[in-house]
Amino acid sequence: MNDKQEVTFTVNGEKVSVDVVPRELLVHTLRERLNLTGTHIGCDSSHCGACTVDFNGRSVKACTVLTVQAQDAHIVTVEGLAGPSGLHPVQEGFQQEHGLQCGFCTPGMLMRAYRFLQENPNPTEDQVRTGMAGNLCRCTGYQNIVKAVQYAANKLSARSV
Amino acid sequence: MGIPTEHYTRKEKLGGVGCERRRKEDARFIQGKGNYVDDIKLPGMLHGDFVRSPYAHARIKSIDASAALALPGVHAVLTAKDLKPLNLHWMPTLAGDVQAVLADEKVGFQYQEVAFVVADDRYIAADAADMVKVEYEVLPCVSDPHRAMDPDAPEIRPDLAGKMQGAHSARKHHNHIFTWEVGDKAATDLAFSMAEVTVKEKIWYPRNHGSPLETCGAVAAFDKANGELKLWVTSQAPHVVRTVVAQLSGLDEARVHVVAPDVGGGFGVKVGIYPGYVCAIVASISLGRPVKWIEDRVEHLAATAFGRDYHMTGELAADKDGRIKALRVHVLADHGAFDSCADPSKWPAGFFNICTGSYDIKVAYVCVDGVYTNKAPGGVSYRCSFRVTEASYIIERMIDVLAQRLGIDKAEIRLRNFIKPEQFPYMSALGWEYDSGNYAEGLRKVLEACDYAGLRREQAEKRARGYLMGIGLSTFTEIVGAGPTKICDILGVGMFDSCEIRVHPTGSAIARFGTKDQGQSHRTTYAQILATEIGIPSENIMIEEGDTDTAPYGLGTYGSRSTPTAGAAAARAGRKIRAKARKIAAHLLEVSEDDLEWDVDRFVVKGVPDQMKTMKDIAWAAYNNVPPGLEPGLEAVDYYDPPNMTYPSGAYLCVVDIDRYTGEVKVRRFYALDDCGTRINPIIIDGQIHGGLTEAFAVAMGQELPYDKEGNLLGASLLDYFIPTAVETPKYETDFTVTPSPHHPIGAKGVGESPHVGGVSAFSNAVIDAFSHVGVTHIDMPYKSCNVWKMLHALGLDKRE
Repeated sequence: MNDKQEVTFTVNGEKVSVDVVPRELLVHTLRERLNLTGTHIGCDSSHCGACTVDFNGRSVKACTVLTVQAQDAHIVTVEGLAGPSGLHPVQEGFQQEHGLQCGFCTPGMLMRAYRFLQENPNPTEDQVRTGMAGNLCRCTGYQNIVKAVQYAANKLSARSV
Repeated sequence: MGIPTEHYTRKEKLGGVGCERRRKEDARFIQGKGNYVDDIKLPGMLHGDFVRSPYAHARIKSIDASAALALPGVHAVLTAKDLKPLNLHWMPTLAGDVQAVLADEKVGFQYQEVAFVVADDRYIAADAADMVKVEYEVLPCVSDPHRAMDPDAPEIRPDLAGKMQGAHSARKHHNHIFTWEVGDKAATDLAFSMAEVTVKEKIWYPRNHGSPLETCGAVAAFDKANGELKLWVTSQAPHVVRTVVAQLSGLDEARVHVVAPDVGGGFGVKVGIYPGYVCAIVASISLGRPVKWIEDRVEHLAATAFGRDYHMTGELAADKDGRIKALRVHVLADHGAFDSCADPSKWPAGFFNICTGSYDIKVAYVCVDGVYTNKAPGGVSYRCSFRVTEASYIIERMIDVLAQRLGIDKAEIRLRNFIKPEQFPYMSALGWEYDSGNYAEGLRKVLEACDYAGLRREQAEKRARGYLMGIGLSTFTEIVGAGPTKICDILGVGMFDSCEIRVHPTGSAIARFGTKDQGQSHRTTYAQILATEIGIPSENIMIEEGDTDTAPYGLGTYGSRSTPTAGAAAARAGRKIRAKARKIAAHLLEVSEDDLEWDVDRFVVKGVPDQMKTMKDIAWAAYNNVPPGLEPGLEAVDYYDPPNMTYPSGAYLCVVDIDRYTGEVKVRRFYALDDCGTRINPIIIDGQIHGGLTEAFAVAMGQELPYDKEGNLLGASLLDYFIPTAVETPKYETDFTVTPSPHHPIGAKGVGESPHVGGVSAFSNAVIDAFSHVGVTHIDMPYKSCNVWKMLHALGLDKRE
């Protein structure tokens, strides 16, 4: 139970190895061992989505994933969103449309939007609302988050044309 | 003056009051570079976790921490016995009561803090907390506040035995905290006895929770060598925390450094001082290492700063035309086991006496009884403006009740009773001087925008076909910006706020404030206020808050007070800068100050437009060429003691459709018109409105912290506690009128809490309106489908033909 195990995975394009006990949660590994504190803890029970990261091409709540489950995984966190050419369109959208206030839910929202727009590049408003329903926000009332995701969708589709 | 287009360009470039400036806070947050308390990591840092009571009311017979202490990695287990020699086992509350930091011989609510475990990491701390053996003797408990003052009710607070004078009034029972009376009782009783019509309704505003996405926490780091304490804390009021910590710990206040870093939402939940902060501090002082304490969601919901829980009885007296003659309200306030309401000290029920609302009610009387129960402490939090949510709710509900009784339209009865624009400043029957308002204009605008008459026709037609549709109105008046130091203080510190500006030689500036942002966008909007006042583009003005070593003292951000107080201080400090700049400009241009006029970002010699000095020129000169007798530099400080509160208002309309077979309430339309006086940044205002309305929606539609008879909290995680997702949350349409505050330097009134305060009544009134044709005058919140279905079923409305 307390024997440490080596786990190797890729975060934001970089290969990392950590020695963890089997019960260590991915969110704690990211935040406390790898200093990727952009991923937040809001509820410890998968309800709020503040800890959402991209895990092998899916949105996953890192507060309920064991780090040992991440062997060979490809993980993207909010710190890995912006590229050499600047902010990712979802980041730009949240800023342009006032999609955040206190900023605590934002990394999870961004990571979900990042994956959602790959699942559904041209969503309707209802689809955005359903697609983002795993992430809670207490400040914005979601209206501008929806607009932010739509902004990013437009920008991404313009880019792919 | 420059030519108009050039003048316009300069104004645009300034990014001052009224412009839709994009937020300056966002760049860090969207890249995961925020710095919240839990992100702080110090060398040698330990982690604290609580042992909490499973019982609501019990005597602690023994605490055995030996097994926990034997666990490798555990450094300490603190109990009340350890805190007692330091006199820190109890702490004062903002409401004039005391609260146990760690349970002292007895617990008074489920989840109360009993022991504090400190260990190498949070996993070991949690393991060790489970290993602390506490033996309890369960006591009979008081769960129902209506039973709290029964003669044989169990005594919740033996520590107060014999203390028959409380902080706010005499105590008439061992579970009585205070009785607070406002208004003219005799005149009110007389008005009721003579009235043509009276209505009465029992209305409960359930216990709920603000629950920001970041829970509460702290990192305490005591430096033994220098005898200095640094505390990072999730606080909306870091300066007050510093003062209280200094008083509690006996440390010199200059040696206490409190920092509120990024705060992940507050909503009033982060105003108070909680046992976790105190325990982290004590543990750090005694162990000589930094100690972090971060509560989890269950702890947050179960033990930290709930909101509301007001059992109200409202009565209106009126004539047959619906003109209100008098208001009478009684409140039974459930404060839990300690009175730790975060109110200004002199206001045991906050500003509940704003409950005459937007209406010209000549006579009123309010009586609030505060009682102890075996529940978590709190009461004042959750975007409430100090009990204004409850006040607004009772009057907005009661005016609907009266309208139904008299068969008068719910918009019409409001128009008949509004305080008229020419009556301002208006002295209310319960003692507030409303600064300004134009309530009828706002409501008329909303009625027209939504085709109210058409909605009522549609409702009548739908009712004929058996459909349930409700139209809710809320025409609320807020009271915010606490407040004048004569009447408002926190633990004796007056509720002023502050701004300090330094203009640098090359023409940029930094301004620091006594408030603390938790999402309100101060960095963006304060800079806009300053840009307009000092003519330096908002892009070149840095805003800082939250570090008590660098920011001027202020009372913090809650009660929608930042713009009314610190925003005013910004304008006034800016004017001091401009006054000095004028002297420097006159010196540089070799004219008298009277020959100069201000033009956006510069002083111009009257009638000679090319003779001018920009603020950039003046800033440079301030450091090398000031007139004789003037000290160099360009700095100003303002501590603003507001002469009055501000009174934002609004008119909201909500339309709901209710499924008569399932009880599901669907919000079809929500139109929100707000009047917050001068509008600093429309985008930010809309953001505040959307967020506040969503909280109001959550309160009306599902939030509650229910307790059973044994004082067990039924549902203290997000599995049970309703926080709406993007799917349930309605879409909002926003609108505004502008009625500036006459006493605020820029006429702004504050807006953060209006949508919550006004929104709850609009949702509630809409749901109840859907039942008005079958004689229903009130249904208590929350309107979960199951609750609404029960009402439908009781009325037989769910029967299929």
